[in-house]
Amino acid sequence: MFRTARQRITFSDIMVWVIGLSIAVVVVWGTISTLQSGKYSAESWFDLVIKGLALGGVYALIAMGYTLVYGILRMINFAHSEVFMSGPFTAVFLAQALNESGFLNRQPLLSILAIAVVSMLVSMTIAILVERVAYRPLRNAPRLVPLITAIGASFFLQYTFRGFYGSGFEAYPTIETLNGSWVFGGVQLFKTQAVVIISAFLMMFLLYAIVMWSKLGKAMRAVSEDKEAAALMGIDVDKIIVFTFALGGAAAGAGGVLYILQFPVVHFYMGFIPGLKAFTAAVLGGIGNVPGAFLGSMVLGLLESVGPNLFLDGLGIPTASQLKDAIAFIILVFILIFRPSGILGERLTKSKA
Amino acid sequence: MENVLVSNKVTKRFGGLEALGRVEIEVRKGAIQSIIGPNGAGKTTFFNCVTGFYTPEEGEILLNGRNITGLSPDRVTRLGVARTYQNIRLFKNMTAVENILVGMHPHLKSWLFGAIFRDPRTMREEQTALAEARRMLEFVGLKGRGDMLATNLPYGEQRRLEIARALASRPHLLLLDEPTAGMNPSETQEMVHFIRRLRDELGITILIIEHQMRVVMSISEKITVLDFGQKISEGTPAEIQKDERVIEAYLGRGAASGLGEARAQG
Amino acid sequence: MSTKDFDWKLVLRSGLLGGAIAILLSLIGIVTGFNETYIIYKVITFGELLVLGPILAFSFAALRRTSSSDSGVRFTTGALAGLTSGLVLLAFVGIGQVINLRAVFVNASPDLYAMLSYNQSLPIGMLLRLLVSGLVGLIVAGFTLLPTRLKQALGQGLIYVILIGLMGRLIGTVMTNWGFVSLLFEWMFASSGMSFLGAIVLFLLVGGLAYWRAGRPKVKPRLEPKKQQTVRWATLAGVGLVLIFLPNILGLWFSEILDNVGLFILMGLGLNIVVGFAGLLDLGYVAFYAIGAYTIGVLTSPELGFFNLTFWQAFPFALIVALIAGVLLGLPILKMRGDYLAIVTLGFGEIIRLLALSDWLKPWLGGTQGIQRIERPVIGLGNFTIELISQQQLYYLILAGIILVAFIAFRLRDSRLGRTWMALREDEDVAVAMGINHVATKLTAFAMGALFSGIGGTIFAAKIGSIYPSSFQFLVSINILSLIIVGGIGSIPGVFVGALALMGLPELLREFAEYRYLFYGAALVAMMLYKPEGLWPEARLKLELHEDEIPPPGDPVPSTEGS
Repeated sequence: MFRTARQRITFSDIMVWVIGLSIAVVVVWGTISTLQSGKYSAESWFDLVIKGLALGGVYALIAMGYTLVYGILRMINFAHSEVFMSGPFTAVFLAQALNESGFLNRQPLLSILAIAVVSMLVSMTIAILVERVAYRPLRNAPRLVPLITAIGASFFLQYTFRGFYGSGFEAYPTIETLNGSWVFGGVQLFKTQAVVIISAFLMMFLLYAIVMWSKLGKAMRAVSEDKEAAALMGIDVDKIIVFTFALGGAAAGAGGVLYILQFPVVHFYMGFIPGLKAFTAAVLGGIGNVPGAFLGSMVLGLLESVGPNLFLDGLGIPTASQLKDAIAFIILVFILIFRPSGILGERLTKSKA
Repeated sequence: MENVLVSNKVTKRFGGLEALGRVEIEVRKGAIQSIIGPNGAGKTTFFNCVTGFYTPEEGEILLNGRNITGLSPDRVTRLGVARTYQNIRLFKNMTAVENILVGMHPHLKSWLFGAIFRDPRTMREEQTALAEARRMLEFVGLKGRGDMLATNLPYGEQRRLEIARALASRPHLLLLDEPTAGMNPSETQEMVHFIRRLRDELGITILIIEHQMRVVMSISEKITVLDFGQKISEGTPAEIQKDERVIEAYLGRGAASGLGEARAQG
Repeated sequence: MSTKDFDWKLVLRSGLLGGAIAILLSLIGIVTGFNETYIIYKVITFGELLVLGPILAFSFAALRRTSSSDSGVRFTTGALAGLTSGLVLLAFVGIGQVINLRAVFVNASPDLYAMLSYNQSLPIGMLLRLLVSGLVGLIVAGFTLLPTRLKQALGQGLIYVILIGLMGRLIGTVMTNWGFVSLLFEWMFASSGMSFLGAIVLFLLVGGLAYWRAGRPKVKPRLEPKKQQTVRWATLAGVGLVLIFLPNILGLWFSEILDNVGLFILMGLGLNIVVGFAGLLDLGYVAFYAIGAYTIGVLTSPELGFFNLTFWQAFPFALIVALIAGVLLGLPILKMRGDYLAIVTLGFGEIIRLLALSDWLKPWLGGTQGIQRIERPVIGLGNFTIELISQQQLYYLILAGIILVAFIAFRLRDSRLGRTWMALREDEDVAVAMGINHVATKLTAFAMGALFSGIGGTIFAAKIGSIYPSSFQFLVSINILSLIIVGGIGSIPGVFVGALALMGLPELLREFAEYRYLFYGAALVAMMLYKPEGLWPEARLKLELHEDEIPPPGDPVPSTEGS
């Protein structure tokens, strides 16, 4: 639907702007009073920024799955949070075994690689299975139908893994090499965070390269432009869709490894919140858009880690960090209301989608 | 007012593509007029502009002298424009009667209160509407089919139901987008008669997009030809048949393609 | 028997899949979890059925795809598919003997292996397992060769035995004080599941009845309208009486379950308006439930001590707050596309929960400790007042709520507003072209849903007496959504069926509660794939003619094939 200035401004439009403006005022006011109070030093802001970037790196890898699948099938793969969960939740057993044998600290790099491979493989397999069982038979169904099966698949997977590995928490062993931190001129940088940020950047670049320059990636983009035309050009659309799910799944598995480097505890419900946030990030950046997913994730990670202290502390809200998830969801709601195309996305017209 | 519909230099662009360029069409009250043109000429885009689904970048559209440019589709409908779609778009999982009742929407008033409490006024309104819907069914020859789900009706009946739904909003102007698409000759003939009856018995002005030349020539009083979003010709069927530019637009594209077939167009 | 009719690949694939699913269920723990739950005492457990079920289903699938009607081909296909599944299970047990799978899979226990090899020594047990798997395939093959009438009869008999066997104990707890009926019960049921004889009798009874009914001509004797009216009123009165005395008939424990199911029916009816009628996938339905409950809590709880209203004084406020929240959220988001709407409502639900949980709002909403000592509703006038405390008393409050909401839902469905919602659900663009204001129309649906969810919340608060943020998780929305989808999207009776099936059964089968969401997830996918219209599909009102005037299908009306 095309809205132009000539069309009437409705009551609901005004409401939306009033709500949006009042939130903006609260945010600005909170920021100013926080900064005036001088409660936090520059170092602590730097800490929060690094934390945010590391978090953003994880979101970026998960968001890839949402954004790639959306680009091709125009559907929200709601089960992707479980694709993310399955990898690290499985690889924990390898990590524990490696730790017991002492290999983990003797060969930390090899161990992490092995863990990452297992995690990625498991996530990839789950992603492909979900596509095969829950989405493919419904490809031409009305929009909401695959979303409902996705929700079903998500719960099925959560409770399947709960049945597999138990409902308790499993802890990842610590890797000694990654303990501790570097200090640059009074600013502390944890080694894990550095590793996470660098690997996230590398992996996102790799994914971007695959999508942009590999043969499969090019076919993928062709399919996302026009499925029928791509099929006429001799592209096996089903194969490309499977590849898309596999790529997104592998990225989520890799994201899982970066996640456990920061939060070394896994359980069957761990996927829900990061999954929802990664989706938020994908929408924030412009869903269907790979650099957008990266940008959106970094912005979201930063907002989430810096935001509560910056926006809310000044308003006198106690333990503001409790509300970091709420901030993420409020961002989601407002992005979808004001700019559903996201930061980098093209404008998706309603009639086309 | 002589003219029911006047489009004044209507221009619609999609990105760099000009789908309609300064199109001027006048539809006389009580007329049956057609728009023809090869695939992608902008015919359906024009319908979308008239019904408010698209807002043209330039120009204005007047309905009975009133400027309706940029009004939302529901408002345009309330002002007396109804349409059908090239690829039938009925409410598939509702019955035929319900489809017609939805078409009557602008003329009914009951809302939440009436729905829950069923006050006498609501009941009366529903009774009248139902009676009218039954009459409408009969008018389009679907008597006895009213309680079937739209999706279960055969193709030709779906077409007629779609017209009945459009009529239910009591339009001054009815826009028919390829009403005979996918029909065999005898059904097409039936449809042509039916369209004439709409005008003669109900007094509705009708604007048709049509591909079958035989239909266009037999039914229209005036024909407008679009090509690449431009009006290239206008006149009576006899004039159009002789017009060089029209023949070129159709035949110049290689083969007599647009003349007989060509149903799948966006 | 010609070999070219025989599809090796199909058999192998079906067999492998059947075996794999059986292993999946085993590793999830469902098989060992139900290893003590007999369907027929000392004959078959529900756990065993869960192992054989996939094998049976996939042999059946293989046979359905086999076009050959040659009995030799069919028996071979069935038996080999079954045997393949059996081999997969054997391989699993074998691997389990060599590698300690339990280090990863908590359910790969010796119990599981013992169960899979029928508590026999390994070689004998494994052979037995293989034989049984093959036999299942053979039986399925034989079954497919039977005439349809017999097939249906056997199938129904089997399903009834399984269901009644599972529910045996519950039926027992209700029937113990019913005199001679309890004697019948003692004979039919064992300590777990049915007795062997009881099962056979039930099977023959149900199967025989089905067989007999299938043979009768399908003409219902039509009553004259007046008699029909009488029958309808009598049925209604009967149902009414049963509903009134239900808590007394069923006793305390069942009343609690009944209340829970009832609450979900109430919520489901509301969400059905939003999802079913208007086609808006609202995943944040729990938000309004929370808002209703918290409003009651804040207004009545003496612990917080702000207002100290009574339940009924607070009730209208709760509804208004829920309604306003619905409108405020609905206004900006209803222009969105369907799937975005789903995610935004989900986000909203989480925001509400996080706010309730936060220290920031703790002075008002109680944070993690929630709100205690919420006022119970009091009914009656003057000196005759009753405080509704027990589950049996609250049942009537919930019943009244359901009747009210169901009444409104029925009325809305058959009104102009209901038609408008459905038109929007079917094709939004066209609906708008019919002169429908889509924002106002959707908003009405959304607000109605919020209102009913709010009512559910107030009753929930009154029922529990204390509320915590953890009661308002996303899972609640999923529960309600699942029951609507299983019952039939847009169908009002479907909500009842769905709630009974999804909320009632797990409550009744306590062992099942652990696998509840696993089952819901599978049910959502399976319903969308195989039965998207639900267990009790939405029925459209006959508006043009009465049912008996409808011309039979296939009367001579010219039809053409078209796109």
